[in-house]
Amino acid sequence: MILVDTLAQGLLLGGLYALFAAGLSLVFGIMRLVNLAHGDLIILGAYLILTITSATGLHPFVAVFLAAPAMFALGWLLQTHLLNRVLGTDILPPLLVTFGLSVVIQNALLEGFTADSQKLTAGPIEAQAMHIGPVTLGVMPVLTFASAVAVIFVLNQIFYRTALGRAFRATSDDAVTAQLMGIRPQRVFAMATGLALVVATIAALYLGTRANFDPSIGPARLLYAFEAVIIGGLGSLWGTLAGGIVIGVAQAVGASINPEWQILSGHIAFVIVLLLRPRGLFPRAND
Amino acid sequence: MTALLEITGLTAHYGDFQALFGVDLTLEVGRTVAIIGANGAGKTTLMRAITGVAKVTAGSVLLAGEDVTRAAAPDILMRGIAMVPEGRRLFPSLTVEENLLIGAHARSGNGYWTLEKVQRLFPILKERARSPGTALSGGQQQMVAIGRALMSNPRVLLCDELSLGLAPVVIKEIYAAFPQIKESGTSIIVVEQDIGQALRVADHVHCMMEGRITLSGRPADLSREAIHDAYFGVSHA
Amino acid sequence: MTLSRNFGLGAAFVALAILYAMPAIAPRAIVQDLFGILTLLVLAMNWNMLAGFAGLVSVGQQAFVGIGAYAMFAAIILVGLDPLVGVLIGGVAAAVFAIPMAFFAFRLNGAYFAIGTWVVADIARLAISQWKALGGGTGTSLPKGTARDMLGVEQIKELLDVSSAAAADALTYWLMLSLAVAMLVASYVFLRSRMGLGLQAIRDNENAARSVGVDPVRLKAAVFLLTAFGTGLCGAIAFIQITRVTPDAAFSVIDWTAFVIFITVIGGIGTLPGPVVGVIVFYALQRLLADYGTVYLIVLGLIGIAVMIFARRGLWGLFTDRTGIELLPLRHRPPRAATTPTSRRPA
Repeated sequence: MILVDTLAQGLLLGGLYALFAAGLSLVFGIMRLVNLAHGDLIILGAYLILTITSATGLHPFVAVFLAAPAMFALGWLLQTHLLNRVLGTDILPPLLVTFGLSVVIQNALLEGFTADSQKLTAGPIEAQAMHIGPVTLGVMPVLTFASAVAVIFVLNQIFYRTALGRAFRATSDDAVTAQLMGIRPQRVFAMATGLALVVATIAALYLGTRANFDPSIGPARLLYAFEAVIIGGLGSLWGTLAGGIVIGVAQAVGASINPEWQILSGHIAFVIVLLLRPRGLFPRAND
Repeated sequence: MTALLEITGLTAHYGDFQALFGVDLTLEVGRTVAIIGANGAGKTTLMRAITGVAKVTAGSVLLAGEDVTRAAAPDILMRGIAMVPEGRRLFPSLTVEENLLIGAHARSGNGYWTLEKVQRLFPILKERARSPGTALSGGQQQMVAIGRALMSNPRVLLCDELSLGLAPVVIKEIYAAFPQIKESGTSIIVVEQDIGQALRVADHVHCMMEGRITLSGRPADLSREAIHDAYFGVSHA
Repeated sequence: MTLSRNFGLGAAFVALAILYAMPAIAPRAIVQDLFGILTLLVLAMNWNMLAGFAGLVSVGQQAFVGIGAYAMFAAIILVGLDPLVGVLIGGVAAAVFAIPMAFFAFRLNGAYFAIGTWVVADIARLAISQWKALGGGTGTSLPKGTARDMLGVEQIKELLDVSSAAAADALTYWLMLSLAVAMLVASYVFLRSRMGLGLQAIRDNENAARSVGVDPVRLKAAVFLLTAFGTGLCGAIAFIQITRVTPDAAFSVIDWTAFVIFITVIGGIGTLPGPVVGVIVFYALQRLLADYGTVYLIVLGLIGIAVMIFARRGLWGLFTDRTGIELLPLRHRPPRAATTPTSRRPA
């Protein structure tokens, strides 16, 4: 029974990691951009929700609806004025620019909010649990996982059933020919990053209600997110969910043996998967 | 009447290398112009210069009197010039139908061509609607590429090397669609290495060599020798 | 050409002589500052070789710093060896760890490679946190007096007539300085050799390089291992000075990789003088903004961003482009053709 419990916890934790990773996967898939500031942007989102709840007294689940458009706009501006200028065949400039961005965001948050731990309070729901068969699961983790599935489902719908999604895929395939179709890659990329930050805001909601956060925890989240994206395979959003679950389950299993082994177990799972499948579990056919 | 497309003294460079030397060309409404020439003659560079993919260093391109010389590629499409690129360049992540739809993404033009009409022009496009674009044969991909360009109901259709890599019977099949395209009111520029096909489909022919136009005229008026000389650049006597 | 070259060499020797003389002529605080600068310089030169020349953008070099430091601590505390021997062991240990790391990471490309190296470095950190003999997660310190008992400290103490502690500082300083000089010379020689030419060919176009017989994997692996060795040595020497090692400090991404990346990028990635320029700017900034805490890091981040957008070749690249002056040029000249007897004129 303990194993089933651990696996269940791991699965749900995977949902959180999938939420961290989904925005990253979108951006990585469309423009091959490695955004090293993604983790810090999630933390920024958490602080934004915190600020809104402090200022308005709204519940975090409501505040997120105000934070999301703001984060979309931030993503749009970031892509248009900063990242679009360094996108190209060389991977180094975007890597370094987002590195710089990560440092700036972390320290700006530090200046603004100090290093004190913060938390978003969702109220009594945080302590509630539900019984599904033999296992007892927290309501919040289940909600997190359900949100992850919903987000990825919606993103997939956008990707495969809308004109915007077609533009995403075409631009990702061949930006020059896409321009011949009248598509402006710069705008497509801005849309993608905006969307990614909306997803990041949802991730921030669950991160912030689940545990304490402070300006410095961004990079670790980034690492888990990237592990999930890479395990899943470039361009596959459901793959990202799978990747998140792999990391989550590995961490849960490792932690159940020895709490100090939690993160290490996740890393080892990552290494093993990549040794067997260097391109991830569900990579795109054409890359 | 003013030409639909008027190109004057068009010059283009790739870095220090000059690829076009003051090309002059006009396209009247409803007409078809063919540009023939050997590999490296500058035909594709000309197409890319018109569509804003290659940089123009001198000269002008006027579309119905409007200066579009330095316009970016997406703007060129919005103004009504659509290209069937050399090598087809379909989007691998899109199905055949989606490749067609993306052609109308930015501009659908409220014109003759719709998804149904394009699928009627090339029935294979309806049959294989759900296949990935690149899973089709070369000739079928060419049809998708043409259909994709038509979806934006362009005023000017640029066809770059349609026959490249295709068997003669397939080439015939593709060019058999041209009368219908012409009937819909589209003006066409065809870039071809297949001289015979070019002469059959065009109202006016230009021959290019080394970035310059070496011969112009109506197909009926041009002798084989003249074309041969202009194409290869050797004197026949 | 020869005159300016000789002048340049002369100036370099003078500067070097002054640097070596520092423990004798400058206050201890300056020597310690210089030590810090040299530490970052060595790390930057290694990262520059890896990312700027071999195209291997690694975010995991902190693994080698940590392993170098811990191997040295192990050598001193568990085996009782002299710290200088420990330093060497640190370098070797790092190079040995680089082998499985390369085996894994080389299967990945581009961004995947970067993340892969980061993950492996984190694995090293987490694994070492389990090493109870060296303090586990809370780390351990060098036994008191270890630095003073190093080989050569007595001699230096007499030579310079200073305290043991200052003599130890001088020794580690000279070690780091020599490492920096050795790295610079080795890099220059390597890049101007056939292997270096091959490396730059790979950087520009790997497939084309392969087609002319260059083996990218072997070359990159060689660079990866050698820079691991250099980074390990540097980490070991640095931690003799720091005297206390913890997993978080020894494997810190910020201290050993983030700063290093910024230094290299701001100075000029893919150039030899770049890291030197970068380190100077970095330290100047640190001094200037020391009282402002996190603002200094924000400024650093903004400068890094600005450099990538406006001056991709860094400050040194900017300087070279404007003035045409090229210190340590890396261009290769074609080999001299065999002399032919008098050539005939065409009929």
